Parts: sequence; C-alpha cells; structure tokens
Amino acid sequence: MLKFFHKMASPKYFYQFAGKLIPWLAVACLGFMLVGLYDGLLLAPTDYQQGDSYRIMFVHVPAAWMSMFIYMVMAGAGAIGLIWHIKLAEVMAISSAHVGASFTFLALVTGSIWGKPMWGAWWVWDARLTSELILLFLYLGVIALYNAVEDKRTAARATSILALVGVVNIPIIHYSVEWWNTLHQGPTVTKFDAPSIDIDMLIPLLLMAVAFKLFYAVVVLMRARCEILQRERNSGWVRDLVKASS
Amino acid sequence: MKEFFHMGGYGFYVWTSYGIALLVLLANLLSPILLKKKLLSELARREKRARRS
Repeated sequence: MLKFFHKMASPKYFYQFAGKLIPWLAVACLGFMLVGLYDGLLLAPTDYQQGDSYRIMFVHVPAAWMSMFIYMVMAGAGAIGLIWHIKLAEVMAISSAHVGASFTFLALVTGSIWGKPMWGAWWVWDARLTSELILLFLYLGVIALYNAVEDKRTAARATSILALVGVVNIPIIHYSVEWWNTLHQGPTVTKFDAPSIDIDMLIPLLLMAVAFKLFYAVVVLMRARCEILQRERNSGWVRDLVKASS
Repeated sequence: MKEFFHMGGYGFYVWTSYGIALLVLLANLLSPILLKKKLLSELARREKRARRS
C-alpha cells in the first residue's frame, strides 16, 4: 500500500494511472446521473408546498455540497503540499479550484432561479447566500493568484496559504442557517437527526450527489494531467509522449 | 409528456436550472480536453524546432 502511494506521488505514474482511471469513473458518473435524473424528474413525488419547483434541488444541493467539499479537498491538498512539498498535492489543489468555482457558481445560479418563484426574489443578502458568494470569490482569488505568479511552485505555496485562510468560511456557510435567521431553509439531510425529507426525494438526491462527486473526480484528474504535462514539459517521459503522439 | 415539461407551472425555472447545470458540466469537461490538445501541439512544435537546430 505504501509502495503504491510512493509510486503515485511520481508525476509520470500518476499521469498514466489517472488516464486509465478516468473512463471508468466517467461511466460510473454517467450511470448515477441518468438514474438520478430519471428518479428525480419522473419518479419523485411533487412537493406539497413547493410543487414541482423543488426539483431544482437535485442539481442545486449536490452543487452546493460539492462547492464546500472541493474547497476542503483543495485546502487539504494545499496544506499537504506546503508541509511535505509533494508536487502532486500542489497539482491536485490547483486542479480542484476551477471545478470548485464552477460548482459554486452553479449552486448560486440555481439557487437564484429557485428563489424567484419561492421567495419572490432572485437574490437576498441572507447569511447562507452571502457566505456562498464569498466562497466563489475565494475560489476566483485562488485561481487569479496562481495565474499571477510565474514560478508554479511559488504560486502553489501562495495559493495554498490563501486557500487555508479561506477555510474559516466553510463552517460559516454550513451553520449560517442555524446561527442567523435566514430566508434560506435549514438543513434537511446533513444534521444529526434522521433526514426530514421524504425517502423518495432523498434517493434521487443522494444519487445525484454521488454523480457530482464522480464528475469532480473525472474533471480533477483530467485537469491534473494537463497541469503535470505543463510542469514536466522538460522531462524525458513527456518528450517521449509528445514524440509518440505527433 | 406535456405535463412533464410544464412542471406544474414551474417549467421555466426547472428547465433553466437543468440547462445551466448541463452547460457548466460540459464546460468542465471540454476545457481540460482542449487544454491538453493545445499543450501537446505546443510541445510537439517545440520538439520539432529542437530537432532542426
């Protein structure tokens, strides 16, 4: 097992291994997504208060969960990169930033579209919405900072520190609906009691959540492969790869 | 079928959300594919130049 991790930390092996893993993850992601969509759009019952508008939940909630999950992965990988100087951790951290930003954007936009018919407003400055918007700015800050620094190892160190400071926002997002009196509803799944959501709505929600997680895995590996190509452009194995592909 | 697209009167909101979700997912998939293509052709050009000189 330790040998496996040691091997994986080498960019060349990681590049090849990720290349083999991606198609399998993609197939699994597509499977979960199709079943989740079918279940969520056709089989799940209509909500007694919100009608069919609640079906936005099946993209909104997984996107919002992933926006926080990816941030923690990014900050965690960044910390590992800072402490042990593992190149691959730096690569994973920056590769997560773009996907995370896009999921945060998706959570905000679908939330806005859901808010209009339910609350009567596209946007309100409530604690949940505002802290999620700050999360988007944190992601954009990480990406901008990484691109602004020419030397990628220095850039990775700087962005990791920024990402770690931003972690303070994650519990704020999660508990915002409890700490403040928000228009946004409280949690129905991620709490200590049993989920207060109908099982027929919970199943498609969880299926979509798994699909989104697998999607992130696919994209982060694809991005990491690009990042490795760029960083290792002068090494022998990349040059061999280029010769073989041209 | 018509009922399905109507979504109890919320069709516009539901389908706009799913449409944007689809666009975001597609953009996420396309951008690394294009980036890899660009990188490989860049590196291939560099390799050619190196061989000539």
